[in-house]
Amino acid sequence: MISILKHIGKWFAVLAFISISLKMNAQNDLLQKIKLKNEKIRDYIAEGTLKIDVNFINTPQSKVKIFYKKPDQFKVKKEGGISILPKGGVNVDLNSILENKNNTIVSAGELTIDNVLLKVLKILPLDEESEVLLTTLFIDEKELLIKRSKVSTRESGTFQMDLYYEKYKEYGLPDKVIFSFDTKDYKLPKAVTFEYESGEKKKEADRVKNKKGKIEINYTSYKINTGLSDAIFKEK
Amino acid sequence: MWKILQIELFKIFKKPRTYIAFAAIASIVILIQLAFYVDGESYLKFAMQPLKDSFEIEGAILNGYLICYIILQTLLIHVPLLIALVAGDVIAGEANMGTLRLLMTKPISRTKLLLIKFMASIVFTLMLLVFMAILSLIVSMAVFGKGDLIVMKSEMIVILDNTDVMWRYFAAFGFAFIGMSTVAALAFLLSCFAENAVGPIIATMSIVIVATILTTMDIPFFNAAKPYLFTNHMLNWKGFFENPVDYFEIFKSATILLLHIAAFVSTAILVFRKKDILT
Repeated sequence: MISILKHIGKWFAVLAFISISLKMNAQNDLLQKIKLKNEKIRDYIAEGTLKIDVNFINTPQSKVKIFYKKPDQFKVKKEGGISILPKGGVNVDLNSILENKNNTIVSAGELTIDNVLLKVLKILPLDEESEVLLTTLFIDEKELLIKRSKVSTRESGTFQMDLYYEKYKEYGLPDKVIFSFDTKDYKLPKAVTFEYESGEKKKEADRVKNKKGKIEINYTSYKINTGLSDAIFKEK
Repeated sequence: MWKILQIELFKIFKKPRTYIAFAAIASIVILIQLAFYVDGESYLKFAMQPLKDSFEIEGAILNGYLICYIILQTLLIHVPLLIALVAGDVIAGEANMGTLRLLMTKPISRTKLLLIKFMASIVFTLMLLVFMAILSLIVSMAVFGKGDLIVMKSEMIVILDNTDVMWRYFAAFGFAFIGMSTVAALAFLLSCFAENAVGPIIATMSIVIVATILTTMDIPFFNAAKPYLFTNHMLNWKGFFENPVDYFEIFKSATILLLHIAAFVSTAILVFRKKDILT
């Protein structure tokens, strides 16, 4: 009797292992499919608008050019002007997440966002020193599109990226991206700013209490695979 | 009237002390431009550090618009002292030289003469500001180029599109002209009480320094007095570099400054009309 129970136990263990392996393979397959879709893009130059909503930055919406080249070169440039982006936020390249094999992928169920059922995958890095602690991807399995990513980092807080697709979804390129991130305190001594007033107005003091920042990029057009030069990313 | 104004301007620009103000402004502006030309990046690196910790900043931050803004921040608080040098001398200087009584023998009313003398002080103030604008804005733009203006404040930064900056400078210099004219009017009023230019010049400087200190000190006891200090309103040229511009606040400050000018000049006329001119 004990021997029969042992056999049944072994079989359950084997079945559980196969089931987990199959699930993990399924998750890897899904990411591989997305990766294959994204591999069509070697580089792009996009035009769009940049809107920054950060408590201590007051800047108008501006027209920008966005440059991308494989594997991880990314730049947002405003002609004759200044563009500000969160470090490690906007240029978190999803391909680099997909490329990295040194991690464990865990299925975390499904979630409906904007009436679309999305597969939730959690990616845990195996490297204990990794700056990224956890990446959560929300994937539209049917369209093979990443609709949302959440990256929790050791030093820079949590970044969330919401991607909205329309015209360029066959290439996996979004029409709109919204980045949400945690902001740190901003304070400069008045000796540096040459301020002579007694202090800022109350409404400004209230603004800085909000610790969440948001950046929205609306892409109006893409020029894909034009053979972008590396020099563009080195320009100051 | 135009002829008398010309004579008054001739008198102002004949005095070497008039050029001290131009020389002082030129030297400060050129020194700031030189410092930023040589080592501006280091200052920006330090000033932008809290921002660069969390953000990637792309584009030319160090440009002519930023240099001009820094110059105005530094200089506009000290220009009143230079204006007092000339406006405080307009009446008292003549009394000191003994030409005031002679001037009064001319067929012109005291009120008209005083208004013309005040107008001459205002023309000097305007010329000083135009000189400052050319040096700090036009020269800076020629040396450092144009770009978006980044206004660094202690608790936030404001970025203004480069196409949206020039009008703000015109408006700010226009507002600064009202502010500086207030100081000219104060020095002019004090000039009516003295027989020597040193007194009104030092008195004006003292009033401006005390009021500026009260404006800048963040002590609750002084905060109640701030809305009544003209030096507090003089700083509102910065309002044009907000986004959106608080026009009501700027209009209020401009009105208060204009009322100060009217009060100072009216009092000067009242005092001067009754004054027994002995020199």
